Amino acid sequence: MSKTRYSAFKVVKEALTGHKGWEPTWRDAEPKADGYDVIIVGGGGHGLSTAYYLAKNHGITNVAVLEKGWIGGGNVGRNTTIIRSNYLLPGNEPFYELSMQLWENLEQDLNYNAMVSQRGIMNLIHSDAQRDAFIRRGNAMLFADAGCEYIEAKEVKERYPFLDMDNPRFPIKAALAQPRGGTVRHDAVAWGYARGASDLGVDIIQNCEVTGFNIENGKCLGVQTSKGEIKAGRVAVCVAGSSGRVMAKAGIKLPIESHVLQAFVTEGLKPVMDNVITFGAGHFYCSQSDKGGLVFGGDIDGYNTYAQRGNLPVVEDVCSGGMAIMPSIGRARLLRMWGGIMDMSMDGSPFIDSTEVEELFFNGGWCYGGFKATPASGYCYAHLLATNHSHEVASAYKLDRFRRGAIIDEKGVGAQPNLH
Amino acid sequence: MIINHPLLGPRDSEEFVYLGSTDLINRPTNWEDEASAEDFYQYQYIRENVAGDHKELWYHEQGDQSWLVVTRNTLTHEITNVELAQDVSRAMGRGK
Amino acid sequence: MSQINRKDGGLINKDKTITFTFNGHILRGYEGDTLASALLANDKHLVGRSFKYHRPRGIVTVGSEEPNAIMEIGSGAYKEPNTRATVTQLYNGLEANSQNHRGPLGFDLMAITDFFSPMLGAGFYYKTFMWPKAFWEKIYEPAIRNSAGLGTLAKQPDPDTYDKGFRYCDILIIGAGASGLSAALTAASSGAKVILADEDFLMGGRLNSETAKIDGISGSEWAKNAVDKLSAMDNVTLMADTTIFGVYDHGIYGALENRSSESREDSKKPRQVNWRIYAKRSILCAGAIERSIAFGNNDRPGIMLAGAVRSYMNRFAVATGQKVTVYTNNDDGWQTAKDLRAKGVKVVAVIDSRSISPVMGIQGAEIFMGTDVIDTKGRRRLKSIKLSNGRTIDTDSLAVSGGWNPNLHLTCHHRGIPKWNEDIASFVPDDKAPPGMSVAGRAKGTMVLNDAIKEGHDLGSSVAQDLGYKASDLEPATTPSVAYNIVANWGVPSGKNRAWVDFQNDVTAKDVKLANQEGFKSVEHVKRYTTLGMATDQGKTANVLGIGIMAENMGQTMEETGTTIFRPPYSPVAVGAFAGRRRGMEFYPTRYTPSHKWSEEQGAVFVEVGMWYRSQWFPQPGETHWRQSVDREVIQTRSSVGICDVTTLGKIDIKGSDVSEFLNKVYVNAFAKLPVGKTRYGLMLREDGMAMDDGTTARLAEDHFVMTTTTANAVSVYRHLQFCHQVLWPDLDVHMISVTEQYAQYAVAGPNSRKLLEKIVDPEHDISNEGFPFMAAAEISVCGGVPARLFRISFSGELAYEIAVPTRYGDSLMRVMMEAGKEFNVVPYGTEALGVMRIEKGHAAGPELNGQTSAYDLGMGGMVSGKKDFIGYKLGLREELQRSDRMQMVGFKPVNKGDLVDKGHSMAGAHLLGLRDEPTTENDQGWISSSIYSPMLGCYIGLGFIKDGLNRKGEFVRAVDLVRGSDIEVEICSPHFYDPEGGRLRE
Repeated sequence: MSKTRYSAFKVVKEALTGHKGWEPTWRDAEPKADGYDVIIVGGGGHGLSTAYYLAKNHGITNVAVLEKGWIGGGNVGRNTTIIRSNYLLPGNEPFYELSMQLWENLEQDLNYNAMVSQRGIMNLIHSDAQRDAFIRRGNAMLFADAGCEYIEAKEVKERYPFLDMDNPRFPIKAALAQPRGGTVRHDAVAWGYARGASDLGVDIIQNCEVTGFNIENGKCLGVQTSKGEIKAGRVAVCVAGSSGRVMAKAGIKLPIESHVLQAFVTEGLKPVMDNVITFGAGHFYCSQSDKGGLVFGGDIDGYNTYAQRGNLPVVEDVCSGGMAIMPSIGRARLLRMWGGIMDMSMDGSPFIDSTEVEELFFNGGWCYGGFKATPASGYCYAHLLATNHSHEVASAYKLDRFRRGAIIDEKGVGAQPNLH
Repeated sequence: MIINHPLLGPRDSEEFVYLGSTDLINRPTNWEDEASAEDFYQYQYIRENVAGDHKELWYHEQGDQSWLVVTRNTLTHEITNVELAQDVSRAMGRGK
Repeated sequence: MSQINRKDGGLINKDKTITFTFNGHILRGYEGDTLASALLANDKHLVGRSFKYHRPRGIVTVGSEEPNAIMEIGSGAYKEPNTRATVTQLYNGLEANSQNHRGPLGFDLMAITDFFSPMLGAGFYYKTFMWPKAFWEKIYEPAIRNSAGLGTLAKQPDPDTYDKGFRYCDILIIGAGASGLSAALTAASSGAKVILADEDFLMGGRLNSETAKIDGISGSEWAKNAVDKLSAMDNVTLMADTTIFGVYDHGIYGALENRSSESREDSKKPRQVNWRIYAKRSILCAGAIERSIAFGNNDRPGIMLAGAVRSYMNRFAVATGQKVTVYTNNDDGWQTAKDLRAKGVKVVAVIDSRSISPVMGIQGAEIFMGTDVIDTKGRRRLKSIKLSNGRTIDTDSLAVSGGWNPNLHLTCHHRGIPKWNEDIASFVPDDKAPPGMSVAGRAKGTMVLNDAIKEGHDLGSSVAQDLGYKASDLEPATTPSVAYNIVANWGVPSGKNRAWVDFQNDVTAKDVKLANQEGFKSVEHVKRYTTLGMATDQGKTANVLGIGIMAENMGQTMEETGTTIFRPPYSPVAVGAFAGRRRGMEFYPTRYTPSHKWSEEQGAVFVEVGMWYRSQWFPQPGETHWRQSVDREVIQTRSSVGICDVTTLGKIDIKGSDVSEFLNKVYVNAFAKLPVGKTRYGLMLREDGMAMDDGTTARLAEDHFVMTTTTANAVSVYRHLQFCHQVLWPDLDVHMISVTEQYAQYAVAGPNSRKLLEKIVDPEHDISNEGFPFMAAAEISVCGGVPARLFRISFSGELAYEIAVPTRYGDSLMRVMMEAGKEFNVVPYGTEALGVMRIEKGHAAGPELNGQTSAYDLGMGGMVSGKKDFIGYKLGLREELQRSDRMQMVGFKPVNKGDLVDKGHSMAGAHLLGLRDEPTTENDQGWISSSIYSPMLGCYIGLGFIKDGLNRKGEFVRAVDLVRGSDIEVEICSPHFYDPEGGRLRE
């Protein structure tokens, strides 16, 4: 490693010497003339983590990450920062649990403080039917060693006095929590992986848009970009909301629609809540950032779009969900709202797979759950790229699963992306 | 958004429920054919996911309960055409 | 002393004194003041602390762009944190408190962080706090969280109400300054329907703060005349104190009207109104926002923007100091010196960074051209400034102007990208404003007032003409042209001193440089790494300055550097205002069945299902636990007769000559040959082969059918049927309408149900077992001519009927039936007893029809017709869905009958494991979906899904609930626990 280690000592030393010793967090590279073993298209969280694990776990370092804008500018830079592994179905739960374990060691691994904070995530229960469904989920979590805690109403009230326990529509009857869930400083994840990958020799190339794929006889030989053609042994696409547009350049249609998800943050406030609270019945979830903003969100707007902005009906729905369950937030002011493009798949679960084009791989369909998956997604994608085999926890994430009927539908709403 | 309903005039999109691409009109009819499994799979799961003008189905749930075909640009949200889905479906050759 | 800085004049009403408090001190101001102007009048400059270093901070601006003067207004549940004093209209009893400090404002204990600031530069936290690992959550992060944040949110529910409103217009004009008023005058005179909105409670914009004369009278007077004229016109709606916060698709604008200009405790009126404005066109006349210059210690209380200093003087008659200095890089800064001097305020010096001739003479002031301010002194209030020429000047108020940025925020809400304009050294809107929006005046970069007026005037007329109105014949107002020259000045190298860019978030010029040095070169990266522009003011005064510093660092142009993305809201909006009245009970609409009142009279316990309130059970005197009530209701129904309100089921009337064919396409089973007078159970799939809903459909006449759906899916099934009809098979002769709310429907179940009904059904209708057998359906009448529909169907497994009457008869039918049933000891039963009986009978319901199960999984594979096409047929045949080891629905009963009885919970949610298996994902064989205590069987029973279940009846497995700590042995059995032969329902 060429890089100085980050530490409190280094911070103090630099403070005393005018901060002259800080180097760029990652190397800004230009494309190599003779190409790469692997080109990763997309410099978001998943692309950067894929590059990092390719280099670290598999020793494949002749790798480039191509980003059309600035790294971390997609959903890793625009989300509600939540991590959790509280999934129901066996196709998902072990994958997200691997992700959680990677989060738990991320900072020491990367020597970068991404503020992984296991402050706990709590789902509220309002009815007997919901309780039964959450008990089923809780057991799935415990079977997968993800941990969970069932909290009776009385204790919910003691811990979170600001919740409206007796809301006439949604009285809180209990809660199911995952104490290991929590939040992470989202941008720092991209930067930390970029730094880690760059240190191991990966080229991170910004402002380099992929405009086409060089495909001959069903085999991908490289990419055309705004910085010229780049040869590659293998091309791994990892572009989330742009999946449809990018894969279309390779002539591949996907079981994916692009939708906008809005998220919201209030002005900074002194500590209000220390965990993540999810009010599924009211389409609202909320946590508080270290800076003090309440970060919250709800449902996707519900129509196909690539415009990174939403509309008022969902804003109002989400805020009323908040008022229903936390009526003290009425006087908190909404500071920013933003919209990110979600690659909504047909069953709400992702893909990490090879494609019909040889040497062209695809990772996408993360819906609005991609952030928490960042480490495991990169880990498993790197595994596939390096070994040609799916990692065991990602073995359900095949592109042909709908043809076979191997659906992984956590919500049970069927092949309609805007309902997932 | 505002959808200009062909019978009722401009209506806030809040009155509508969105389904998806008008590809969903083309439900295969060759169900007895062994090979239709692939057609049904493509019909149900595979999407163009257009970046640009997108023909899509909206249902006027809090209105006259008509299904509409709305041509809307997914990059700008501009709506350039709104038709009754029933008319579009017939024009595409569907009947009974 | 009271209001020592107050001068003569201004747009305040000195006849009306207003009393308010700041940090407990009682102070006075006048009607027309903002909290900020009243504080300054009382010489309160130190009003807050910065976010990170807890530096003493004073008021900087006069508008919504204020970074420093944010405070808590009100107390108790009414407390509103982070409120900008500069836009808070003063009212009697206003209670303001500074925030974000420990100990008194003047001696903030947290100010120690300022001492450590060299270590706390941009992004320091990413590089440390990693060791030891466990300390992050326990030590470091709680400390960071406690010192971060700004104001404190009250813990109590927000006691105020918020309204929503909708308005429609031809032209929305945003901003009521010189351009906006001019545009409104011409647009309105042409006949267009106009809404004019302004965030200030006093319309007029900068005209209220300037001394320029328009049409020969003072600007503020001209503005008042214009407002008076507009308010007299029927086609004009004036919305003062209203912020247009966002531009949405197709001409929809979000607007927040503030109505908090009075003490909230005394007001029952809504605090704010969230308007949705539908406008065919809009004209943005939002003016410009001044920016600062980055020089050493430029953040001290007493250092303000020059335009704000001038506003406080001209509009509020408040001098910001006794010895004022001006530091500028443009002509407009000089106007401040001139206006102050004219009001008799001592102007000590004017410092201009440009090497040109002085713009004007200022009596009594030293003039320094080509000179910069490089440092300042005075901890809690500015005392002196140091110039680049070595001079130190004593001053208590420094007015800084780094130039004016067009307020183009709203032009970018649809991803417009501002362009750089060197002439005014600022960004201006590109040509990609949201569709329908035009821009005029300083918002467009037209900095000369006379030109801005003309621009607004012309646009108001031309936009109205575009919409088909006549041209306006008004003449534009005029004012002497005053030039605006500027040379960009992003700051001066200030050695060891920090120069602030973003005041609230404590981002300095050095932080921006460090970010660049560490490879954060995109403006978005810099924003995220340093938090520049992410404070409550969204960098309105800071961003362009920050971009200027970046551009210099990296040797690129301003346009190459670019801006970050502008997003709604323009200024922060209370969450409560977005929620409006949707709180508590009004969160969703509420639906009651016709017999709701009767149920209330019986003391029913209600549960919400799909917005309906359904009776869950009916407690009787002496019953202390719900199980007692439910068990009684079940036993009484099974032994005699019970009545359950099932009005909430979806009911769809379908008519036409092709209905049976249509039903064939939407149900898995055959409907083509359903005879008139018969009902059939039907299972509906989604196209992907998964069960969507089930219910019954009766054929009342050759061309008339009535379908029922589950309560939960009533709306979505109807939508689906409309899709199938209008979109897939448009030529089928099918007409349908939802009649869920048109009919009240009751299940009458139990061995005595026929006897009960015979008492109310009109005698001409034969409902004997022969005349009206199982699955019969008919249109009949009851109680002497009341039309009714009768179906002999059973969910409970008993001899049972469902009877429907028009909604208006629902309440009386319930009462009549209860009266008629007295002799049979009839019992009303709720959804719990309904659920118990359906599980005893093995009927799938919501927990089984959960969208993850196919007809085959539900044990209904035998119903699936292979002779027709129907929705879900083909995809239901996919290999993975046909595997024999899929999880299939069966029944489960405990080997030991007493299991769970003392636990207080059922088996629902437990997972199924082999007798000796460890609880792991790999060993997981399935789960229990529904489980209840069966009073008939005397134990808990359950429905659930287990791999290959249909072939495993008689096997023993474990139902393991690790969450609640139970692990019991259960037998896999038929789901038909009670009366498996079904003899009872045919009796």
